[in-house]
Amino acid sequence: MTQADLPLASAVRDPEARITNPLRRRRAPGMVENTPVLNILTHLILLTGMIILLFPMYLVFNAATLSLQEVNAQPARLLPGDQFWNNIKEAWVTRDFGQKFLNSLIVAVGVVTGKIFIACITAFGLVFFDHRLRMPIFWAVFITLMLPLEVRIVPTYAVAANALQPFQTILDWTGISWFIQTVSGIEVALEWNMLNSYTGLIVPLVATATGTFLYRQFFLTIPDELVEAAKMDCAGPLRFLAEILVPLSRTNIAALATIMFVFSWNQYLWPLLIITDPNYGVVAVELGKLVPDTNTTGGAIPNWHIAMAGTLIVTVPPVIVVIFMQRWFVRGLINTDK
Amino acid sequence: MANIDIRQVRKSYGKDEVIHGVDLTVNIGEFVVILGPSGCGKSTLLRMIAGLEDISGGEISIAGTVVNDLEPRQRGCAMVFQNYGLYPHMTVAENIGYALKVAGMKKPERLEKVRAVAKSVGLEEFMDRKPGQLSGGQRQRVAMARAIIREPKVFLFDEPLSNLDAKLRVQMRHEIRRIHNRIKATSVFVTHDQHEGMTLADRMVIMNKGTIDQVGTPEEVYNRPATVYVAGFIGSPAMNFLSGQISAEQSVILLADDSRIEIASDAARRHAGALVQLGLRPEDMTLCAPGAGHLTGSFDFYEELGSSGLYHLMIEDVPFTVLSSIKPRFQHGDQVGVLADLSKLHVFGAKDGVRIDMDEQVIRQMEPAE
Repeated sequence: MTQADLPLASAVRDPEARITNPLRRRRAPGMVENTPVLNILTHLILLTGMIILLFPMYLVFNAATLSLQEVNAQPARLLPGDQFWNNIKEAWVTRDFGQKFLNSLIVAVGVVTGKIFIACITAFGLVFFDHRLRMPIFWAVFITLMLPLEVRIVPTYAVAANALQPFQTILDWTGISWFIQTVSGIEVALEWNMLNSYTGLIVPLVATATGTFLYRQFFLTIPDELVEAAKMDCAGPLRFLAEILVPLSRTNIAALATIMFVFSWNQYLWPLLIITDPNYGVVAVELGKLVPDTNTTGGAIPNWHIAMAGTLIVTVPPVIVVIFMQRWFVRGLINTDK
Repeated sequence: MANIDIRQVRKSYGKDEVIHGVDLTVNIGEFVVILGPSGCGKSTLLRMIAGLEDISGGEISIAGTVVNDLEPRQRGCAMVFQNYGLYPHMTVAENIGYALKVAGMKKPERLEKVRAVAKSVGLEEFMDRKPGQLSGGQRQRVAMARAIIREPKVFLFDEPLSNLDAKLRVQMRHEIRRIHNRIKATSVFVTHDQHEGMTLADRMVIMNKGTIDQVGTPEEVYNRPATVYVAGFIGSPAMNFLSGQISAEQSVILLADDSRIEIASDAARRHAGALVQLGLRPEDMTLCAPGAGHLTGSFDFYEELGSSGLYHLMIEDVPFTVLSSIKPRFQHGDQVGVLADLSKLHVFGAKDGVRIDMDEQVIRQMEPAE
């Protein structure tokens, strides 16, 4: 018997062995009409859509290849020039994108990791433990969807300026700080300043209602028998989370990570507000500064070619992440990989 | 290896009590099957033994230790689930060995054990497959192997065969019995399939609406059902029931159509005037000429079963079946006589449904005890 014969032989020995390929998707036959005319038509529609979507991107790329004169020429030139690498280099060097890139990466990775961890552990507590606060907590988390950072930016800034301020207030109100001062002579002044730090850039963005909801919905699809099997196998709750739920939610993690990476990479308002030290600057804010206005150019000809080159640089990481995660991303959202 | 003691166990969900004080002892190494229709509380009882369900009242002890407040992991039970409960992201080998991994066993030792157990259930070729790539029967075997490898004090089976097709079910049934004979672990098996129960059990427990109707060997349960419910539930095709009254003067049971079934005078005197349900299994009767047997009915229709045929009659508007290996032909509406084997007559109180013994010998044996 050769190696190639083996699977066949075992299938014969065990007649009920139906070997199915889990990666093969089942598609309902007859649901999709398959005629050449319709095929061409649908492809034409898709092509049109793609052109419409990609045209602005092309304009960005095109502008990034032109020189200062060409980019400001009337009528606009639609064919690429030869200044691409010069413009890229110019944008990278003048704006110190190296450091900013690193900062943005640190922040994006930090936010993504934090979000996934918080979402996972919150949903775990909401789904697998039976306690009275289950629904109130779920709704409390869910309601924060209505309070994005932009809405609560002033109080968030206050907290970031001194994260311990709420505790200080409690101590002052209850008279504990007065008591401590009279007894020991030490003045209670708690302070934890998060402005101009990675912590300040990351922590306020970490809580995520969307992620918690996504995870909750996924955990709800886990069959009870799996939970019970783990209980019978003597696995504790944290073990169950780490060794069974997390591996099973890989696609969810991928989907969440993709969305959240793009989200945190594109953060503009928050870094703009709390970062004054250029060492902690992120690319989105830096890109804003690159866009020519009377301040930056001093009334001279606007240098759009450099701004567009910068835009291209900044766009690259999210695009790479989306391209590589796309497969997992879609699977995680439609949740068929069980 | 351990015995299980269940004393006055109750289970309620809010105000609804679903198990009303159940007593049961499972001896060391015994294979007990809990049989009942869906919703009778059999799975709940099993899950209470496993610790997956709280016990509302009473006590369960395993090997002499009360386990009411112990976590599942402290009870030393292994369970095979209806939908197998396999971890979809782990290979067969990882699934089987997971409990040992949790217990902290070193990898080489673990792999060796997994291999041995997998071999014993015929899975050695599939060690690296994921559960999604296995057939129902193979998944079932993985679930079994996962339970076996822990060498538990008690094996619990929650309708493990109900997701398999008929042929495979019989095959797995034999396999489970073979495994039990080999490792002799105390086992509790829940099912709604009487064939599964009859063939697997050392002793059967018949549950009905949250109470136990009868505990006994499959033979006892079949030959001497304790209640009308058990009598009707066990046996296929099902037992026939006719209502009647015991008449002491003539030592007979008078039926609605005025036919008479002779019974022992002793028993007739004891239960004079009692309204009863008469139970006769289709296989304990033969067909004869009208008037020649104990009963007469009109022929309704016939079912071919291969080795025998099932005759559906109507006796005074009550459907009645007789199993016969000689297959006479009748027309619809023909009068047919039925001759019953009176030694296999079952009599139950019409009100409480409890068995009334007609057998002289049994009655005599019972007398001194009173």
